[in-house]
Amino acid sequence: MRTIIAAFAAGLVFGAGLTISGMIEPSRVLGFLDILGHWDPTLAIVMAAALIVVTPGFALLKRRGAPLLASAFAWPDRTGIDRPLVAGAALFGVGWGLVGLCPGPAMVNLATLSPKVFAFVVAMAIGAAARDLLLRSRAPRPQPA
Amino acid sequence: MTSFDPASAAIGGALIGLGVVLLMLLNGRIAGISGIFADVLDRERADKGWRVAFILGLVAAPLLLGVIGRATPQPDMPGWAIVVGGGLLVGFGTRLGGGCTSGHGVCGMARLSPRSLVATATFMLTAMVVVALSRHVLGG
Repeated sequence: MRTIIAAFAAGLVFGAGLTISGMIEPSRVLGFLDILGHWDPTLAIVMAAALIVVTPGFALLKRRGAPLLASAFAWPDRTGIDRPLVAGAALFGVGWGLVGLCPGPAMVNLATLSPKVFAFVVAMAIGAAARDLLLRSRAPRPQPA
Repeated sequence: MTSFDPASAAIGGALIGLGVVLLMLLNGRIAGISGIFADVLDRERADKGWRVAFILGLVAAPLLLGVIGRATPQPDMPGWAIVVGGGLLVGFGTRLGGGCTSGHGVCGMARLSPRSLVATATFMLTAMVVVALSRHVLGG
């Protein structure tokens, strides 16, 4: 139960950050991506500010043995640049550039009850499920990420 | 066109970072939203409680800010076909590439993960190309 409350609190703080920074507005994100137009540097500042907090934060946590409410840190352990990584990132970028929404802002925008945001999130779910189906139909279950 | 507000951008960015650090400090988990979202829907994945709670926290954030007087604007969305096509690409691509702007762009970059640096550079580049094409080559 405590990990569920903790996750809700972390999501609340993260979502407040996305909202206050303006990153839940697709027009602002597209303004950053539009380097040939009237460029909006907001996203760069948001990302830099987040990294200024997370980089030392993670460095400190790596020296701890365990998180406060769980038995171990689940640090990602995958290394190596492979084709799925680059192809997946490239396809994600195309979708992001078309709409101006990535997964976090899409979730936060569900609160606006916009029908198009719901459609976007359902499509995201179908896209993710399609990749899982494709991969699992071809190979045995890979190690969980 | 909304005006550029560097103070809100910096405060918001720092809060995003704080949320990421909190999830790792408390639960030992990476705040990668595409992965958390897809794992909630993945029948082969157990331990869904904290994932659902994190997403509910995201959705609750603008509602809470609304209570203290900060209205959330309705998002400017493109036509239905673009919305659905874009959503499919974002869902498929982030699942295949193992992350999005939060997982690779913030969490992975903060760890100086080479995978995340490559992924972030790649999705930034293709997104910029798509916007350049749609706004300056094909569209008005």
